[in-house]
Amino acid sequence: MTTEAGQTAQTVQALSPRRVTWLRRRDAAVRSWKSFARHRIGVAGLVVLVLFALMAVFAPLLANSNGLEVTKATGPVMGAPSSHYWLGTDESGRSVLTLLIWGSRVSLFVGLFATLISVVIGTLIGISSGHFGGRIGGLLFRLTEWFLVIPFLPLALVLASLLGASLVNIAFVIGITSWPGTALLIRSQTLSIEARPYMERARVLGAGNWHQMTRHVLPNVMPMVFANTTLTVAGAILAETTLSFLGLGDPTRVSWGTMLDSAFSNGAMSLGAWWYLIPPGVCVVLVVLSFTVVGQALEEIFNPRLRQR
Amino acid sequence: MTQEPPTTTEGPLLEVTDLQKYFPVKSSGVIRRTIGQVQAVDGVTFSIGAGQSLGLVGESGCGKTTTGRVITRLYDPTAGSMKFEGHEIGHLSKKEMHPYRRDIQLIFQDPYSSLNPRHTVGSIVGTPLLVHNAVPKNQVVDRVQGLLETVGLNPEHFNRYPSEFSGGQRQRIGIARALALNPKLIVADEPVSALDVSIQAQVINLLQDLQQKFGIAFLFIAHDLAIVRHFCPEVAVMYLGKIVEIGDRSSIYETPHHPYTQALLSAAPDVKQAVVGGRRERIRLEGDVPSPVNPPSGCRFRTRCWKAQAICAEQEPPLLEVGGRQVACHFAEPLQVVSSLVAESESEAPSLQDLSESGDAPVQVS
Repeated sequence: MTTEAGQTAQTVQALSPRRVTWLRRRDAAVRSWKSFARHRIGVAGLVVLVLFALMAVFAPLLANSNGLEVTKATGPVMGAPSSHYWLGTDESGRSVLTLLIWGSRVSLFVGLFATLISVVIGTLIGISSGHFGGRIGGLLFRLTEWFLVIPFLPLALVLASLLGASLVNIAFVIGITSWPGTALLIRSQTLSIEARPYMERARVLGAGNWHQMTRHVLPNVMPMVFANTTLTVAGAILAETTLSFLGLGDPTRVSWGTMLDSAFSNGAMSLGAWWYLIPPGVCVVLVVLSFTVVGQALEEIFNPRLRQR
Repeated sequence: MTQEPPTTTEGPLLEVTDLQKYFPVKSSGVIRRTIGQVQAVDGVTFSIGAGQSLGLVGESGCGKTTTGRVITRLYDPTAGSMKFEGHEIGHLSKKEMHPYRRDIQLIFQDPYSSLNPRHTVGSIVGTPLLVHNAVPKNQVVDRVQGLLETVGLNPEHFNRYPSEFSGGQRQRIGIARALALNPKLIVADEPVSALDVSIQAQVINLLQDLQQKFGIAFLFIAHDLAIVRHFCPEVAVMYLGKIVEIGDRSSIYETPHHPYTQALLSAAPDVKQAVVGGRRERIRLEGDVPSPVNPPSGCRFRTRCWKAQAICAEQEPPLLEVGGRQVACHFAEPLQVVSSLVAESESEAPSLQDLSESGDAPVQVS
């Protein structure tokens, strides 16, 4: 190289590629955040989510875990809210507030873990079925459709009772029943990217499938995956609540779903113990709603077709 | 390092014989029967010598782009042979084709969609080097910067994204990417038709410089006759999947023998003629291009040709040597009116000034 070219190389080295990439990512994040901040409802949802997340993380500080044990319960049976038990007590005299705080951990954990499983499977199958045409792609697409038409609840019930009730199993069951929606979305996005000339260029170059999928398709579908994830979390939390309410939850852990289940089976309704039924229900609704509005706001930011509205 | 394809010095670089590409037309429904064939390319024969360039012209839908894509093996040929340096590459498997992909590169028409918006210029230009392990990883940046300099871009911009460049600059990025592996053949598919006229001239000049500097052969696909004339010493005219006339640029442009070539040239605006003030005699073709699913029997141009006789419907005219070029027409002869008008331009390529003045008008045959 000539000295002149060497000098330019040096000035470039001052800003290493990694650093430049990082700066650009940061800029992009700031831009996305700015457009997100314009969505009032989305921001409100985010605030609610942050509060619930803090509640889950700091549960041990907010409520003593002894309050979860039936044998150590001190309150009255189905006691109404009082100055000592702000949200009343359950059928064994435990504080509903304590249950609620600790229940948020289980609900959020199952919701997030199930989403992780669902998104990983959905993205993998979505990209593969979009990228590989012909027999493999068709087969994966049929598989997706097959999972899509299976009614969720019966399949989840069968799987949950087969695998046994534990938190990880519940998350697994929800994860492998909820991926088809993600897969379809990612597949259609992949198909639109596959048609771009830079993909043709990659094929002319002799770049392998792995290169094409990871270097070209994945970065372009990632925003969609991200927006879809938040919507999936809402569904997963709801699914966890449903399964727990039907008695398939982990019996050793308290979640909002199991709270609703025991409230229902212990006659909270006929006893008029609204404090036992309403708080977990409201929490589920709030979290699901927040995830949904945040997801919709993100989708609008990342999906250009929805942006101009 | 990937294995180098064996090299031979004799014979043309690329020899295409009777190349065919049919696309099946499938019926809708569960059982998708093939109900027809789009005969996009139907028996095309040409060859390109090392460092030479062949221009492929014709109107939209005549199969020139498909030809380019078959040569780069984006499509598999239906029939015919493609020999690259004497080796048949038409039916190689993906793996066997890999070493040849170094030598055959493609430049796209659209400088916008052919660059991934999420990759930096450095990564776009460097990817070919990595895919083919052409240079050690720590030298990729140096090589990329060298390439950017070669195509007239600031080498410091290798960290930028395509969206930060103009159309002409983006096309330069595409050219740098095609050059990365020191190819022997570049298939340029309408490389400048998406650019402004002033930029077209710059990019064409760049391509010409690069061709002389590196001795790269070009298959130059375009519908702009002026640009092809400037760039390619040899020109092939395509109509409905077939080459109707092929020869060196002066014989094609000055004394076109095929009626279609004559019509095509008469439709191209001529600056010199406009300056003189005379109206050119224009051949207006009747009707539309027939469907390539069901092309006319015999000569494919006969449905729109003013010379058509009974023989044209019965016998397909072969490409025959007439007047120093090859023509596929039963009644091949120079057209007196047109040639007298065109022949006044000198035999070598028009100057660049002409090009940038006249280059904006794409050829249209109505």
